[in-house]
Amino acid sequence: MTESLDTYKSQRLKEENPSNSIRAMNFKSLIYKWAVFFAMILSLLSGFGIFTEALAESATPSLEETLPDLLTKSFKEKTLVAERIAESADPRSVKLLEAMLNGKLGYIKENKTMVYMNKVDKGLSLTDALTDQSKGTLKKNEVKKVATNNKLRKTLRGLIARAQLANTDSTVRKQSVLRMLETADGVAITALKNQLETEPKKEIQELIQVAIDLNKVRSEPHQSLHEIQNLSSRLEPEVRNALAAIASNETLKASDPDVVDASVKSLKIIDGKVSFYKKLETGFFGLSLGSVLVLAAIGLAITFGVMGVINMAHGELIMIGSYTTYTLQQLMPSQIGLALVLSIPAAFIVSALFGMLIERGVIRHLYGRPLETLLATFGVSLVLQQLVRTVYSPLNRSVESPSWLSGTLEINSVLSLTLNRLYIIAFCLVVFAALYFLINRSNIGLHVRAISQNRQMARAMGIRASRVDMLTFGLGSGIAGIAGVALSQLTNVGPNLGQGYIIDSFLVVVFGGVGNLWGTLVSGFSLGIASKFLEPWSGAVLAKIAVLVFIILFIQKYPSGLFPQRGRAAEG
Amino acid sequence: MNLKNLISASAMIATLNAPNVLAADTIKVGVLHSLSGTMAISETTLKDTMLMLIDDQNAKGGLLGKQLEPVVVDPASDWPLFAEKARELIEVEKVAATFCCWTSVSRKSVLPVFEELNGLLFYPVQYEGEESSKNVFYTGAAPNQQAVPAVDYLMDELEVTRWVLAGTDYVYPRTTNKILEAYLKSKGVADDDILINYTPFGHSDWQSIVSEIKQFGSAGKKTAVVSTINGDANVPFYKELGNQGISAEDIPVVAFSVGEEELSGIDTKPLVGHLAAWNYFMSVESDENDAFITSWKEYIGDEKRVTNDPMEAHVIGFKMWVKAVEKAGTTDTDAVIAAMVGIEVPNLTGGTAKMLANHHLTKPVLIGEIQEDGQFEVVFSTDSEVPGDAWSDYLDGSKDVVSDWTGEMTAGVPCGNYNKVTSVCSGQNYQ
Repeated sequence: MTESLDTYKSQRLKEENPSNSIRAMNFKSLIYKWAVFFAMILSLLSGFGIFTEALAESATPSLEETLPDLLTKSFKEKTLVAERIAESADPRSVKLLEAMLNGKLGYIKENKTMVYMNKVDKGLSLTDALTDQSKGTLKKNEVKKVATNNKLRKTLRGLIARAQLANTDSTVRKQSVLRMLETADGVAITALKNQLETEPKKEIQELIQVAIDLNKVRSEPHQSLHEIQNLSSRLEPEVRNALAAIASNETLKASDPDVVDASVKSLKIIDGKVSFYKKLETGFFGLSLGSVLVLAAIGLAITFGVMGVINMAHGELIMIGSYTTYTLQQLMPSQIGLALVLSIPAAFIVSALFGMLIERGVIRHLYGRPLETLLATFGVSLVLQQLVRTVYSPLNRSVESPSWLSGTLEINSVLSLTLNRLYIIAFCLVVFAALYFLINRSNIGLHVRAISQNRQMARAMGIRASRVDMLTFGLGSGIAGIAGVALSQLTNVGPNLGQGYIIDSFLVVVFGGVGNLWGTLVSGFSLGIASKFLEPWSGAVLAKIAVLVFIILFIQKYPSGLFPQRGRAAEG
Repeated sequence: MNLKNLISASAMIATLNAPNVLAADTIKVGVLHSLSGTMAISETTLKDTMLMLIDDQNAKGGLLGKQLEPVVVDPASDWPLFAEKARELIEVEKVAATFCCWTSVSRKSVLPVFEELNGLLFYPVQYEGEESSKNVFYTGAAPNQQAVPAVDYLMDELEVTRWVLAGTDYVYPRTTNKILEAYLKSKGVADDDILINYTPFGHSDWQSIVSEIKQFGSAGKKTAVVSTINGDANVPFYKELGNQGISAEDIPVVAFSVGEEELSGIDTKPLVGHLAAWNYFMSVESDENDAFITSWKEYIGDEKRVTNDPMEAHVIGFKMWVKAVEKAGTTDTDAVIAAMVGIEVPNLTGGTAKMLANHHLTKPVLIGEIQEDGQFEVVFSTDSEVPGDAWSDYLDGSKDVVSDWTGEMTAGVPCGNYNKVTSVCSGQNYQ
């Protein structure tokens, strides 16, 4: 109890004064290192950070002296300045570096004062970077941003990561350790060891141990047999790279063969695990591609499968769904996520209305004439594309992703599943279940099935065939619209969106067996998984061709697809 | 009475004829850009740019005392239709010059027509090189003015040692990647450190490829992606990079086909920090650029419209053509072609563009990082303009080939495909 209380206390102290441990890390001078070490213990004991602060100020130039150097144009010099800022151990340094990373640090052109910039209506509201005093609001062209480039930002992230080792948020701490894996040595290792003692989370403790082990492996490989064996359970790429470096080290092979053997062994274990997870990942990619195919095709399974209408404008109905999402997002710009959810019913309604309009206007007059239907709906698809070009613009529109849809579900460092794909797989299954229920359990579904099986008989039983036709086509089109909502999160929203999916949709429906919903589901997922497993060793282009050739051959042998319809309907 | 009627009738005919006479006194300029179909997204802007330039020139009093008359036709992103429309422009409309095309395949489609009918063509987009025609002026970048300097930047500034060359599966990426691969190997990059990947047009499922890039990039060496991915396919590619947690700092992507116009239609968040190499950025500060942006926004009536690199190429091409016609004193094709070489006009980035003997331009190379507002921040630029090289120095087949339409380097014979080793001119024949 007392022990845990102590841990808690020192943790709290670090939280209150997070810069203590940061300060210690960047100084190469040994004396200083020791001084800081003692000072840190002292400060932890006494609860005051005065000692370190005093030491830090005496050892390096102050922030006031360093900061003007940032005015340079050279990125290399800026990197050096950023390192100096981190070393200054000033409490303001982390905020400064973060502002620089996010492009919020700038200077007033007139007097070169460094300021934090915040966008407001009329320009930029400024606060002095050193004194935190407000500097009022200036126009954009009176202030210049401290430009950063790729490499500089990477350095900045590293510097900030070190500073965040004792952050209260465990995900930040984890990221901090992860960023240190590759390079941590000397002072950083000391800081990591300190953190290890107080770290409450087991996962991060292990990660810190990896960083410490890795450092040992890199710095004195001949004495790190134990560490090398330990590391075999880790999947971090840094571990793999360090071990691979040892395994191929010729001088070490001569002097310490057992170390080299151990790392070869560890590598083998790691590689085995990696390839297992890679296969899992490919499977997931396949499922996700499959879910997109199923979503795009399932509306067609109704219009083409159940009704027998070859609707070339199906892709454009998907596109209309995507544009509905875009429009809703434009209407409620502050509620991106809500707009996306609302656009599911909205897209269904809009696409269904368009579908019913097409059915009433064109297709109704062409029942039983598949060739004419094909040509007429192809014309409709061109009309719809041009309509969108005229109403919106020929340029692609940007549909934003809400934050809960972006990011990954990280299982380990090799396997992480992207959230938007997970949502779409789930969404696809929900849509399928709802549609299946509607067709097989509801009254309207009964009518649809009756009409598709024997139109004359159904009419004799009092079903209004032409009304059911319209509603069925509307249903299929509405589902296409819903697919459009999902696709807006994955691909471009533009006039040509639908064309990319029309061929694939027909393939899925034909392969699955016309008129069978289960067939569409199974064929969509199997085509998705097959092309993803083909892709790594054949390339995306060849994989597509291979799948196409396979389907052609398959249809030659089994013309009615995977799940052929049996009974009277099939003959009619 | 009859006589009166006759006189008034002939007077009427005369007045009716008057506009026709005037019309015959204009110089026609062909504008051959897709206004519908897939390429409309990019090419409509170029058509508007041409109309604006022609308007400006007419306001300044036209050319050789005549007004310029744009003839706009729509080849509808249909490659064979480009050739038909080009023939119509030259044979029926008798245009003095044509500003045409975006994709390489459309250029290849119209090329034989321009050579057969001796027309004059200005092509404004960066392309794969390996071509030089007497009738074509290439105002976009050759590979040595875009791809190779971008790779140099990654190698020298970002210290990249491992390379992914990702592209869409057609002629421009294939040729460019062939050149880059040869270039990288000449710099000592090992086979294992180069990953080449092609995807179909409009590819939207990037999961496996991004995952492969991620694994390729986790070998402890700094990795970069050199992307010749075309148009639409870029958005899902960058989105997938973002989703799989690859940031621009981990694995930067340098793109040759992503410009301001493309960025204006998408959610730029996942792209911030990635790179693009061009010869012009809207964000470049120069007086010429400011003036151009102002007049463009005014002409199009939209404060938010952006400018991009192929637009600048058309501006340079048009100004050069005007100068050449003035110099030659005629719009006759051969006279203008002869006058074109050596002409200099200011470009929009504060330098000078010069038409070289191989019908390519001198251009500065700029590398910019994508910003959240869809603009680029220049992080690198060459000290001076780089002369365009029609035939790459890094490919076996074209190493020894030069192009010179003045005949200075080609033994007195104006030639677009002259082999220095065998001293043979393959003339207009380029594979």
